[in-house]
Amino acid sequence: MGPVLAGVLQLLALIAALALAYRPLGDYMARVYSSDKHWRVEKWICRGIGADPSTEMRWPAYLRGVLAFSAAGVLFLYLLQRLQGVLPGSLGFSAIDPDQAFNTAASFVSNTNWQSYYGEQAMGHVVQTAGLAVQNFVSAAVGMAVAVALVRGFARSRSGELGNFWSDMVRGVTRILLPVSVIAAIVLVACGAIQNFSGIHEVGQFMGDSQEWNGGAVASQEAIKELGTNGGGYFNANSAHPFENPTPFSNLFEIFLILVIPFSLTRTFGRMVGSLKQGYAILGTMGAIWLGFVALMLWTEFAHPGPAFDIAGGAMEGKEVRFGISTSSIWAVSTTLTSTGAVNSFHSSFTGFGGGIALLGMQLGEVAPGGVGSGLYGMLIMAVIAVFIAGLMVGRTPEYLGKKIGSREIKLAACYILITPALVLVFTAAAMALPTPGNSMTNSGAHGFSEILYAYSSGANNNGSAFAGLNADTQWFNTTIGLAMLLGRFLPMVFVLALAGLLAEQRPVPATAGTLRTEKPLFTGLLVGAILIITGLTYFPALALGPLAEGLAA
Amino acid sequence: MNNSLTNTARLLGTGLRALLVLTLVTGVIYPLVVTGIAQALFNDKANGSQIKADGKVVGSSRIGQAYNLPLKEGEETPRPNLKWFQGRPQNGLGTNSVNTQYKLILSGATNRSADNEELIQWVKDARAAVIKDNSTEGYTVKPSEVPADAVTSSGSGLDPDISPAYADLQVHRVAERNGLSVGQVQKLVDDHTAGRMLGFMGEPRVNVLELNIALKELMAKI
Repeated sequence: MGPVLAGVLQLLALIAALALAYRPLGDYMARVYSSDKHWRVEKWICRGIGADPSTEMRWPAYLRGVLAFSAAGVLFLYLLQRLQGVLPGSLGFSAIDPDQAFNTAASFVSNTNWQSYYGEQAMGHVVQTAGLAVQNFVSAAVGMAVAVALVRGFARSRSGELGNFWSDMVRGVTRILLPVSVIAAIVLVACGAIQNFSGIHEVGQFMGDSQEWNGGAVASQEAIKELGTNGGGYFNANSAHPFENPTPFSNLFEIFLILVIPFSLTRTFGRMVGSLKQGYAILGTMGAIWLGFVALMLWTEFAHPGPAFDIAGGAMEGKEVRFGISTSSIWAVSTTLTSTGAVNSFHSSFTGFGGGIALLGMQLGEVAPGGVGSGLYGMLIMAVIAVFIAGLMVGRTPEYLGKKIGSREIKLAACYILITPALVLVFTAAAMALPTPGNSMTNSGAHGFSEILYAYSSGANNNGSAFAGLNADTQWFNTTIGLAMLLGRFLPMVFVLALAGLLAEQRPVPATAGTLRTEKPLFTGLLVGAILIITGLTYFPALALGPLAEGLAA
Repeated sequence: MNNSLTNTARLLGTGLRALLVLTLVTGVIYPLVVTGIAQALFNDKANGSQIKADGKVVGSSRIGQAYNLPLKEGEETPRPNLKWFQGRPQNGLGTNSVNTQYKLILSGATNRSADNEELIQWVKDARAAVIKDNSTEGYTVKPSEVPADAVTSSGSGLDPDISPAYADLQVHRVAERNGLSVGQVQKLVDDHTAGRMLGFMGEPRVNVLELNIALKELMAKI
């Protein structure tokens, strides 16, 4: 069997596993967010928080909850890193510098997990498990809560009430992320991922010398890192590291973990708005883009254009033998079309076009299937834009799921889609125009530019992967990427929740013969087109200077 | 104004309490429970899949290592000990930071692009070295036989595996250096070639450490 056929079989196995999980997980999540009953442990947690989980919130209150919780998260994580030098269980690592501590705190709270530090050389057990891994859970739960609030905006009418933030966020952790993570972590240990709390120690080698190891709660962090589409590796090499991702099976399993919640949330959405077909239309859009990107990536990585790969006879630089070209490519697409950013191979050493595909995947706004929660709300915003464009074509007031998309609604959606490109392009332009940021590049020419474009695309879209040749541990990059991550996460949430509030106040309009049928394949096609055209036009000039120039020269 | 300040402070307090409660659940209880289960059920794997030879720990079956001659005076990098099977080149993080070279203290890739002059040179040099080192009397390595993994660095810088093609290519050299027959060494490689998991997952591969341990055992028997 050739590597291409094996790659296709692995892709089919992955799709089959996702399809099997789709219905039960999607329906389960719908029940989690619709149930009136609070588990006892949730009541305890809410008592500890001091919030009544049964109070309904309008959008400003829901937003205040999101912002207060996230602000506390940034503050706590920042202090934890600054105090590392005096904390126990720090493996002798000292305090993180202020700019890097800010960057890392912003990064993990915004579900980005951009890392300007080297995990195994900077972060001890306490910061990793009680700081970083905690945000892996809660930042994902916040994303899901906001998505559910938007879905409720469509599902509810004449109330303006969106649910209770504290209850939604806590349930996301206790009923979805935590149980799946426990199982996933144990599966990963069974594959060979490590899970211990030993300190730095020497381990003997075949030739008589020794290797220096540090232990860690790696499998438990790896599980939630993929499941919550976070992506911040315990080790610098992320999921290429054999202790994070030891075997071909663990590799496929981790890709599954990355994709399973974002895809299944479309079922949750369909359930909650009372039409599973609406969910399938969104799923079809996500699936079509994901599959198309996978096909393109497999093509360019197997064809391996580029001088170094022509001499080597294959694009194996930065890739592991046990994964090969095929699952490195499938992973790269899955991690950049979600907000994950974990890597099992290094994107900077992909072919010119391959790097461009990863870059474009993030720039699409990570909606296919996107991060946990953020993928669904990002896609629903695009659906609002798409019905609006269709409405303009036929001269009718657009509606989606029985709600009118008027001028206030479309303004909020437009603000949402403008924020991230503005952050990416302005910061990239500033970094290129200033004299010193360019010194951080490892590669020169078009690829050097791509390193910086990639960094801000990754930050503002909350992805976290990198063209890692860029030395991002400078005050400039720590500060500007930190800002891009925070603004790129929380400004869009403001508009999503405001839109959800407006929608929840509306009374539903009955569907007529003139209503655009948003559950049909025609709409899926329209939505794919809207996503590709809007993003393509926004980023095309920048992409032409970077990956396209590199790819065409090869 | 005063009122809104107190409200903000109260809200932040709620956020902080929520974070502390959830830190206890997900940052303390969760990792400890998983560690407990992992240590009880998969003790060996949870601690790094260490592998022993002659009663001594010689590394992890998951982590690649270097098989070099002792560093001589005046040399910057040690030369490979050609008695043993060699893993992939690991140029590590290059000049950008600490060079990994199979040192577990820092993992990572070179991050060089396909058109990077340095990478092109590394690949050319590695290719020439593979051909020169592995050609023996009566066996010449053809340039077209050198597989990609033999001349490129991995993502982790710790790749424990090489492709079967690269292992096969080293057979004549290893046999010659150790005074073994080509057939004996080839059998060793064949025995240590792992196919795809369940026939389709991942790529066929040879674990270099396990192969070298088997080679050492074979030598001890003779």
